[in-house]
Amino acid sequence: MSEGGAAANGRIGIKVVVNGSIHEDKVEPRLLLVHYLRETLGLTGTHVGCDTTNCGACTILMEAEGKWRAVKSCTMFAVQADGRKLLTIEGLAKDGELHPMQNAFWENHALQCGYCTPGMIMAAIGLLQYKPEPTEEEVRKGISGNLCRCTGYQNIVKAIMQGSKQMSANKQTIG
Amino acid sequence: MGNEKTRTRYIGRSIPQNDSPLKVTGTATYASDIELPGMLFAKLVTSDRAHAKILSIDTKEAKSVPGVVAIATGSDFPFRIGIYVGDRDLLATDKVRWVGHPVAAVIAETLQAAEEAAEKVQVQYEDLPAVFNVRDALKPGAPIIHEHMSEYRVFPAFSPVPGTNIANKFVLKRGDAKAALDKAHLVIEEEFRMPRVSHAFMETQTVVALYRRDGVVEVWSSLQSPFAARYLMAQSLNMPVNNVIIHHPFCGGGFGGKAGLGWEPLVALLSKMADNKPVKLILSRKEQFVSAAVREAFIAHVKAGFEKDGKFVAYQADFIMDCGGYGDYTVNVSRTTGYAADGSYDIENLDVTCRAVYTNQVPTTAMRGFGYPEGHWPLEQLLDRAAARLHLDPVKIRLVNLVKPGESTTGTGEHLREDAGDPRRVLSTIVKELKPNGRIPESKEPWVIRARGFALNVKGPSQPPNASGSSILKFNEDGSIDLLVGTGLFGQGTTTALCMIVAEEFGLPLEKVRVPFERGTDSTAYTWQTVGSRGLFVDGNATLGAIREAKAKIVEISSQVFRVPKEDVVVRDGAASVRGRPWLKIPLSDIAMAYTYPNGNAIGGPLIGTGTWTSVLNSYLNPETGQGIPSIFHTFGGTGVEITLNLLTGEICVEKGVQVEDIGRVINRLGVEQQMDGGMIMGMSISLWEKMQVDGQGWVTNPNFSNYYIARMKDMPGEIRKVAIETPQEDGPWGARGVGEMTMISVAPAIANAVFRATGVILRDEPMTPETVWLAIREQRPDLLEKAMKALGGTSDTTHLQRPLVRVKSGQNETS
Repeated sequence: MSEGGAAANGRIGIKVVVNGSIHEDKVEPRLLLVHYLRETLGLTGTHVGCDTTNCGACTILMEAEGKWRAVKSCTMFAVQADGRKLLTIEGLAKDGELHPMQNAFWENHALQCGYCTPGMIMAAIGLLQYKPEPTEEEVRKGISGNLCRCTGYQNIVKAIMQGSKQMSANKQTIG
Repeated sequence: MGNEKTRTRYIGRSIPQNDSPLKVTGTATYASDIELPGMLFAKLVTSDRAHAKILSIDTKEAKSVPGVVAIATGSDFPFRIGIYVGDRDLLATDKVRWVGHPVAAVIAETLQAAEEAAEKVQVQYEDLPAVFNVRDALKPGAPIIHEHMSEYRVFPAFSPVPGTNIANKFVLKRGDAKAALDKAHLVIEEEFRMPRVSHAFMETQTVVALYRRDGVVEVWSSLQSPFAARYLMAQSLNMPVNNVIIHHPFCGGGFGGKAGLGWEPLVALLSKMADNKPVKLILSRKEQFVSAAVREAFIAHVKAGFEKDGKFVAYQADFIMDCGGYGDYTVNVSRTTGYAADGSYDIENLDVTCRAVYTNQVPTTAMRGFGYPEGHWPLEQLLDRAAARLHLDPVKIRLVNLVKPGESTTGTGEHLREDAGDPRRVLSTIVKELKPNGRIPESKEPWVIRARGFALNVKGPSQPPNASGSSILKFNEDGSIDLLVGTGLFGQGTTTALCMIVAEEFGLPLEKVRVPFERGTDSTAYTWQTVGSRGLFVDGNATLGAIREAKAKIVEISSQVFRVPKEDVVVRDGAASVRGRPWLKIPLSDIAMAYTYPNGNAIGGPLIGTGTWTSVLNSYLNPETGQGIPSIFHTFGGTGVEITLNLLTGEICVEKGVQVEDIGRVINRLGVEQQMDGGMIMGMSISLWEKMQVDGQGWVTNPNFSNYYIARMKDMPGEIRKVAIETPQEDGPWGARGVGEMTMISVAPAIANAVFRATGVILRDEPMTPETVWLAIREQRPDLLEKAMKALGGTSDTTHLQRPLVRVKSGQNETS
């Protein structure tokens, strides 16, 4: 644990880097990472859809052993993220420029209600970390942990294919 | 205005939703993102009994949890609400009616404290006999779930039967079905069933309410229809309508489940109880499954009579809907299923009864399709069955029976307008895209069968005759436009389509037209509800009215400025100009806030246009016969599928889909096609996998997405062909009809028809899980199974098998 450890009121000190900014907070041990992001940091772009790690609306990226991985932030306690770098949907656009994956979701109309969208985009970028140029089949399997009830998924696959090509062309990295 | 096919700038093109930048950046604000100063949190205490008298509720221990502000129980809110039948309590008053029925609500400073206290609320019950299925609920002497039904407020179109469990009974009669069945060449009698399913929108229902000290209630809620919620809430709380303000943040999916009034009045009263502090309630996914309303379960007992040539001469149907603990929209779903039982077909003799029946199960409400998926599940299978028995092609039998717009009369006695659509072209397009009679490539594995099937659909909005809409169009200083419409936004894209219409009509770039994303009932124009695929039609017509009014003002001002007759002024390309003299031109920005002459004199004023739309053709339906005009349009369409069926596992995979709808005129092609994709996958998911499982005590055993499987990306068919046919409807905006719900209706019967065509196996139950399908094959075509077993190299003896060889999906539903 970062400085402080367990405080008198049972709260535990954590230090995380979220979207490039350092945050130090004392949190209840039972606080889920998604609630830490939404309520403590006010990053409400990460959504809660199911409470049971099935839907993927809460997907964010976390760096572990030098690699960025998509994780479902409702499956982790905030304290488990101590010392990690995290990236949420709010951290993708830089200087008013949308990330290629965000553009691809917009242009391909890969969304309707938008509730699953941030998680989908983060899961897509996560997939590309270990499969930079996936086939359509690999996208279908790779993003099957994220549920969408509106779109029928067709345009999401199209968007991820376009986004991956663009990211490859840009040699885009995270961090 | 608009109906001629001219070159368009926006209409008919593919335009991504204009709110997408907010959604892809995580900036869109949903109800759960709303934070108000001093906000408190609510948590429900729900019943663990299916049917029981509440003897006492002890909140003492719960109140001692630090942070708890108050605890409400049913006796705090002694009144009932409900859109059509006022049968619902905010919290159970004297008894509970299903497992999951909210009994109490804890308000606390933090959600954690509220949750902790909710677990400490002690409720003493005395069990009452419970009834879990409609057949038992209809028996004489069955436990009565709503004893005080005769005191309930009932909307005129509905007929609950006090002293029974019947929440509504609808009858459709035309001709003499009994006599026609007696004479018919072929009579098929059959029973089909559908289970309870969840809307499974990704955002659970969420409400933030502030009961202000001045008596005004403000609500931020994830809902579909802000104005219906406002009116129903004012009615239930006995408040002036304008003392209720419903704010409409982004809504994470609705599909009918967020259509009427949900948790808004409860949370508002909790706020009042908590010293007028704002209160937030977010349903957990489990609560969404068991404490909120889902889609009803359905049984269809049907008898269909045909002549030798395939003519569908008589249809006798007894539909029963299990509406659970309270009826909500389901009473109207039952009316709709009844009046639309004949689908796209001209059936001379109809005798249809549809009853919505209370049971001690999770309550039910509207869901995408609103009774049409129910009616089409038996109807479209009966046509394929009859075709097989009469040695006719499934296409041929439909051609014999399809309604003819301009000539036919629907089952409710409505003369079908000539421009209602072209069901024959729908059918021929499906045939062209699917080639149901073409050669089907054989599967490499002999135990896998490849098959094609299709089904047609039709649907119109089910709404009261006077369900109207309005639109206000305001110009800004630079000639840009804010369009104020009341239609809710939950991803369906109506507001983008409306902006496209406005931009087209004024010749403005689309970016200059906007519907404010976050709207409230006190700041936007009225529309009855956002349901039934009515939004574009009703609010589109109202918006065309607003455009006409604003254009008339522009013409009036410009004709004075140019000193020409009004007839010579044209409004296009964002400017007013004089016909034949294009150098006489004023950009709309120069008129928007008043035109100013060089000497400083000004005319006109801030430009504003208003429009309204009400159907003048609709009527209530006759309570004895169901005759009348219920819908403002009918959209005809259909679905084709190519599937593989694994005989050894019973698994069905949809390999290819075809979606065809005659939507009059495409406004936004991208939106239309995505509705077709979405309807295909949702329809596939519901028909193949989804079912709320209930144990013998009334507990839902799969209230989560681990055990309630919904379609994932890997389940998508390889290809979905989408065709929008355009037979314009004269009174539709640019000729358009609605499309959103229609795309789901015929998916299930298309799949069942594919199975039937290839194997002769009849699938009576949704969902068509591997187990139900396998058991049906084993019962109806054991020879196929034996052959498949042999091909695999195993024994051909299948008698010892009680289950398919392999289970396919985790979270797959059990059949029992």
